[in-house]
Amino acid sequence: MSSEAKTQETQSEQLLYASVLEIGMYIGLAILFITFALYASGILAPAVPLGKISSYWDQGVDKYLEAANHDYWHMEHPPTGWAWVSMLGKGDFLNFVGIAILSGITVICYLAIVPALLRKKDRAYLSMVILEVLVLALAASGILAAGH
Amino acid sequence: MPIRTGLLSGVKLRVSLFMLFILLAPAMALASGEPVAGSVSDPVSWWVWPAVLLVITFLMGIVAVLGGVGGGVLFVPIISGFFPFHLDFVRGCGLLVALSGALAAGPGLLKANLASLRLAIPVALISSTFAIVGAMIGLALPTNIVQTAMGATILGIVVLMLMAKKSVLPEVKKADNLSSALRICGVYTEESTGDEINWKIHRTPTGLLMFIGVGTMAGMFGLGAGWANVPVLNLLMGAPLKISVATSKFLLSITDTSAAWIYINKGCVIPMMVVPSLVGIMLGSFIGVRILRVAKPTFVRWIVIGLLLFSGVKALTKGLGLPFII
Repeated sequence: MSSEAKTQETQSEQLLYASVLEIGMYIGLAILFITFALYASGILAPAVPLGKISSYWDQGVDKYLEAANHDYWHMEHPPTGWAWVSMLGKGDFLNFVGIAILSGITVICYLAIVPALLRKKDRAYLSMVILEVLVLALAASGILAAGH
Repeated sequence: MPIRTGLLSGVKLRVSLFMLFILLAPAMALASGEPVAGSVSDPVSWWVWPAVLLVITFLMGIVAVLGGVGGGVLFVPIISGFFPFHLDFVRGCGLLVALSGALAAGPGLLKANLASLRLAIPVALISSTFAIVGAMIGLALPTNIVQTAMGATILGIVVLMLMAKKSVLPEVKKADNLSSALRICGVYTEESTGDEINWKIHRTPTGLLMFIGVGTMAGMFGLGAGWANVPVLNLLMGAPLKISVATSKFLLSITDTSAAWIYINKGCVIPMMVVPSLVGIMLGSFIGVRILRVAKPTFVRWIVIGLLLFSGVKALTKGLGLPFII
């Protein structure tokens, strides 16, 4: 295969990745702005009242979660990991939908180019793409916990 | 025209100082110990700080584009140093701000064939893996240690910005074995001359090793990593400057994704901070790009260096518990 043909093939994967990324980015941003408008306008009541949020954000994350859970959420454990999904009825947590889309679109982009790499039998890049998907999935899973 | 040049320099200096003052005015009030609405002592005016964030990040977006840096590298040290938000939330927010900027720029850069997916994939695998490690370390360490280390890193970036040279078209005599095997090469059209530029890279193994450190720091401090990506891709690996800048911007969409998830899952994301910052940076970037077309942004680079120096010293003194005098 000539180098020009190889470049063309590479470009087709790149264009596919770009197209998926573009769609996901617009969807994520649109949802983020809409949900934030619902939250900040008070249309959808937040889990932490708007007037109280500033009393928490100067504390470390562990103290913030503990205090907010004690004051408002009253859950057995403060909501970390994917616990926000169970609180989507609240204006502040609804914003996490857009944030999750923006943070998750890269995995979709990587998965989108897998068929092209399989067709080309590009084992090196296929391995790296699969590994990257696993790395991002591990990060997103919430398994990797860390704290002060 | 030495007199005119002198006058221009004076005007530039005044404009620089004015912008610096505008950017840091609310922060200075806070740092000086004056009561500020929206802090713990005055929780009624909840909207004040998001509104301030919107304005500050808007200005930051302009300055970042003109100064040729990413928003994250300005956002984290300035917001954590001079505003009442805890470093945990600032880092989470900074990563999402940098991520959104990279996601917005990525499709265009890939379609224009300036960002190279084949170059980005191996680099991203290393930097995103170590960004997770960095994020975990950053969240596990005491805040004052992270703040001190971040201050030192910011000052290191200042030195890098002052010292590092850029090479528009680095000379790569022969691609190394690894980049040849992975077929990391490409062609792009240089718009200013109309020339087709064939590029290849060298020193790939060393370059990939460097991204261990870059990824770790990106995750630990939430700074983004464009400041480190570009020198490694351009000066070490020999990618043309345009390819390096574009691929670096695109890379952030992958590196910051992995670190951002660690911060999201830990609970370090407060939408009331994230969305105004994100909107501010994006709007500022749009305006910055327009100004860039007509302005000579050399002096803005000095503003960026000044801001980084200022916020780096602030982070260092805050972390070490030393007084900060302005």
